[in-house]
Amino acid sequence: MHAQPQSWQNIALSLVPYELAGNSTPWVLATRKAAFKRFESHGFPTRREEEWKYTDVSLISKRGTLAPDNIPPEASSEAKLLAWTLPSEGMHLMVFVNGHFDSGLSNIDDLPAGVQISSLADMLDEGAELPKDLFKQQHEHTVFSALNNAFVTDGAVLNITPNTVVNKPIYILLIASGHGTAIYPRMIIMAGAGARATIIEHYMGTLDAHNFTNATTQINLGDGATIEHCKLTQEGPAAAHIAGIHVQQAEGSHFTSKSFVFGGRLVRNDITVSLNEPNCTCTLDGLYLLNDKQHVDHHTRIDHIAASCTSREYYRGVLDGESRGVFNGKVIVHHGANNTDANQTNHNLLLSRQAEIDTKPQLEIFADDVKCTHGATVGQLSDESLFYLRSRGLDEVVARSMLIYGFANDIIRGVNVPYLRTRLEHLLLDRLPQGEMVKELL
Amino acid sequence: MTTTKQLDELINREYQHGFYTQLEADTIPLGLNESTVRLISAKKNEPAFMLEWRLKAYQHWLTLSEPTWPNLHYPPIDYQHAYYYSAPKSEKTGPRDLSEIDPELLRTYEKLGIPLREQQVLAGVAVDAVFDSVSVATTFKQKLSTLGIIFCPFSEAVQKHPELVQQYLGSVVPYTDNFFASLNAAVFSDGSFCYIPPGVRCPMELSTYFRINAKNTGQFERTLIIADKDSYVSYLEGCTAPMRDENQLHAAVVELIALEGARIKYATVQNWYPGDKDGKGGIYNFVTKRGDCRGDRSHISWTQVETGSAITWKYPSVILRGNGSVGEFYSVALTNHHQQADTGTKMIHIGQDTKSTVLSKGISAGYGQNTYRGLIKVLSGAENARNYTQCDSLLLGSKCGAHTFPYIEVKNPSAKVEHEASTSRIGEDQLFYCTQRGIPPEDAVSMIVSGFCKAVFQELPMEFAVEAQKLLGVSLEGGTG
Amino acid sequence: MLSIKNLHASIDGKEILRGIDLEVKAGEVHAIMGPNASGKTTLAQLLAGRALYAVTAGSVQYLGRDLLSMTPEQRACEGVFLAFQYPVEIPGISNALFLKTALNAIRKYHLLPELDAMDFLSLVRERMKRVGMDDAMLLRAVNEGFSGGEKKRNEILQLSVLQPKLAILDETDSGLDIDALKLIADGINDMRDHERAIILVTHYQRLLDYVVPDMVHVLSQGRIVKSGGADLAKNLEQHGYSWVNTDAIANQAIQNSQITQANQAP
Repeated sequence: MHAQPQSWQNIALSLVPYELAGNSTPWVLATRKAAFKRFESHGFPTRREEEWKYTDVSLISKRGTLAPDNIPPEASSEAKLLAWTLPSEGMHLMVFVNGHFDSGLSNIDDLPAGVQISSLADMLDEGAELPKDLFKQQHEHTVFSALNNAFVTDGAVLNITPNTVVNKPIYILLIASGHGTAIYPRMIIMAGAGARATIIEHYMGTLDAHNFTNATTQINLGDGATIEHCKLTQEGPAAAHIAGIHVQQAEGSHFTSKSFVFGGRLVRNDITVSLNEPNCTCTLDGLYLLNDKQHVDHHTRIDHIAASCTSREYYRGVLDGESRGVFNGKVIVHHGANNTDANQTNHNLLLSRQAEIDTKPQLEIFADDVKCTHGATVGQLSDESLFYLRSRGLDEVVARSMLIYGFANDIIRGVNVPYLRTRLEHLLLDRLPQGEMVKELL
Repeated sequence: MTTTKQLDELINREYQHGFYTQLEADTIPLGLNESTVRLISAKKNEPAFMLEWRLKAYQHWLTLSEPTWPNLHYPPIDYQHAYYYSAPKSEKTGPRDLSEIDPELLRTYEKLGIPLREQQVLAGVAVDAVFDSVSVATTFKQKLSTLGIIFCPFSEAVQKHPELVQQYLGSVVPYTDNFFASLNAAVFSDGSFCYIPPGVRCPMELSTYFRINAKNTGQFERTLIIADKDSYVSYLEGCTAPMRDENQLHAAVVELIALEGARIKYATVQNWYPGDKDGKGGIYNFVTKRGDCRGDRSHISWTQVETGSAITWKYPSVILRGNGSVGEFYSVALTNHHQQADTGTKMIHIGQDTKSTVLSKGISAGYGQNTYRGLIKVLSGAENARNYTQCDSLLLGSKCGAHTFPYIEVKNPSAKVEHEASTSRIGEDQLFYCTQRGIPPEDAVSMIVSGFCKAVFQELPMEFAVEAQKLLGVSLEGGTG
Repeated sequence: MLSIKNLHASIDGKEILRGIDLEVKAGEVHAIMGPNASGKTTLAQLLAGRALYAVTAGSVQYLGRDLLSMTPEQRACEGVFLAFQYPVEIPGISNALFLKTALNAIRKYHLLPELDAMDFLSLVRERMKRVGMDDAMLLRAVNEGFSGGEKKRNEILQLSVLQPKLAILDETDSGLDIDALKLIADGINDMRDHERAIILVTHYQRLLDYVVPDMVHVLSQGRIVKSGGADLAKNLEQHGYSWVNTDAIANQAIQNSQITQANQAP
């Protein structure tokens, strides 16, 4: 048996049946109960488990409660400000405060025909059938997805009918504030055949927030659908954030995930993609820029199940302070997935003596007609480049910042939404010593 | 797919070293308990420290369970259903020279392609042959001893140089290290011992041939090599086993110690019986090999060609303790039929300016499963540590698998670690190019595979490289080849 | 020597060759020209035995035997040589070892004694000189890191060492500067004799300035749409491939009669 910390047991199971969204609907309640059982039987993972070898989650289990807030909180003025900083034009905006949809701050009125966006809580309460299949799916990936299934409060359900093109990005802003809050959002995204959309999930925590966010995102792509999913984790410095993004791809679909982590004390992203049918492409990009005692862990898994699919993965990390970065990229080429083309790289810059990186690019191949490569590097800024910049008159601090900027921007510049790209560039420059100077030079 | 079909046909062949030598053996009762350990120690007439160490290891082993993390699948091993000691009877009197050795035994070696006499004369190789656990012939001892080099069976070293054994035994692989290392420490029957004194460059390649012969005998040999300051030694280990249906256990331990400025090159060609083409039989090879670059500027390199065994579990590693020390690992692992290999290395960077290179070539054919598992660890004090890892897999046939599990853990910002890996199958275009020039497909495959492995073969001493290349060829070819 | 009749071939169900008829006699040099994707490389590789292509109809006789039933290595041993458009790299295997293995495999097939290393080296060195290759190339891995020109030269070296009966050169002239082109042309001309046939597959006419063919065939959309003497290539150079394409159908009948005439010529 797993040694269990005491604190999570304070969740009265009775809370599950009565008070969460949709619990008057029998299948919702049954799903929640089953999921909680699954969580309970395993408990929090320990570092003895291979998937958690480098990440200690005892921080979460030591917290006061795992039970979510039941009642939507009044949006704090700070939260409102955060929402208002987003441009109101050019995007479809959904705002969640501590895991509850805030329709007042959101703007999803002018959706194109063929697109439906709803609050998950509303749908569950109504007993709507639409999200049922995906909601009921018990994700075997981590115990945290079971926990999410048990306690999910709200989220977005996005349904795009076949051949619908959503031109403006769908921006989902999730704000956390307050102490000891447990937040369980759930995104369910269904893209019909040939549909196209860009979705942004932005997790934003206030400086004083001590939240534990446990999020799950499910994305199903129909034949030939194209989805770009960007996630920006900008949680507060004390927050714990554990999330899963689980993607299923049908024939000829294209999926892109971009994960940017700037904030949070403990962050773990599990991103899984199943290439179920031929001729799919998937690209997973990521950037983590860490400082202080931040611990950020990306676990990705790409399953090449069908033949003739291509996957690309490109992660970069910059680690300063006493931060620790973990990258585990798994590519599994199943029997029969011939003509697979998979490529994976992870590059890391270590900037401090106390920082640590643990990286494990992993390939498991059961088919013979494949072309798979992976690579990982850990290093520091090149002396030669540094010297070159300094010989052109830049002082060392600026030169270093410039090189770090170049290293990290390699991922950022691939973002197609201009607002988000600009925001990421700013966040990056803010992190760099003499960032202002670098900005002027660029 | 014609290519796949051709390949599948090519890779069916029979093990060539499958014969069994009729020898009278001195065997102790089946099974393992404390008295087995005492009996082994008594048979070897060991000093008290050895018995004590073995017993501690045995007690510790009882607390451990077999590791389950490797990417290997095999039925549970019954450790009570094995003989833990088997020595050829004729050894009792002790051969003074080759003419005293059982001629049957010599013929066995000849079938294996290592005629002792020939090697002595032609190659100038000193061979310490281990036949079912006990060293039976040590050659060139005289010449080596004038240089102060000690090269002898482990049991002899225990008698003649107990102080060296006591000082270094278990100092790299402690008896607590892992399940198989503990078992080995408790029951190991013999092995090789080598000590190179300060400043001495060993003038010849030292070589040991291991071979499992008697039925149901686990082989637990233990090798200890100490290269004192500024010395150099190159050591070759070759392994073969006769064909048997039952799986035989092999749990060896090799410890290398390189003191300041010393260099050890350790090469292995492992060709234990891999089982038949249906996966029946074969050796279970669970080996712990580790080198300790204890002194500054010391250098340890492992080269291995693994073509045999049903199961291979092996991670020759280097602890880079001394400043400026260098660790290298060059590996070719081939799995055919139902063979499984989970192999790789650990490079632990502790000292400053330490450097490691890892080059791994995995070839999977038939139903073979080939896993590279590596750890590059840079501790916080290891300023300017450097690692370069390259790890390539080649797939022949549609039912095999190639897996890569590289762990990289870095705690020092001045470290540079690079890992590159690729997996591909033999190119249809390469095969066509060769056959279009008239080269038969099986030769073409063999040629492409040996080209793929060339960078590793280059690290082997000449005569071993030739043997390795041949082994690779026969491991892949069909009956026609 | 080579007799192709109504050859149809496809790849992944897509028909590439749609009825090729071609007769090549010992001592002749034929040029097969055509725009991109006309089926030139398919024809060349198919004759050498590449398994990618499925023959759906027709036959190929080589020295009176059914060529299509032979494996690639049998064809090679029987004297069919293909100089690849994109010569393949074989990492870790030296050029010398590769060529020696190939030569000895062919010698063995003909029950000739294998050449030892010394005899082989003296043979190959002499041939290398002729194609202007440096000795050092022998020790480099087959085609690995070779420039485009080096690869092509290496193909010609193999050709001259293996001495095939039927040499098919697939775009051996592409990507070469004029000096290299002349060297290669010399290599080909060296090989010309009354016992050997050569098929030059090319997009451009310029190689044909140096290696004058007996016959020129224009391949378009998987068919030979025009055949003629060396002049045909010159016409193509002036008018482009559209010139033959526009009246392709009209030419079909003429072309057939031309082939017959050509084959009847001594």
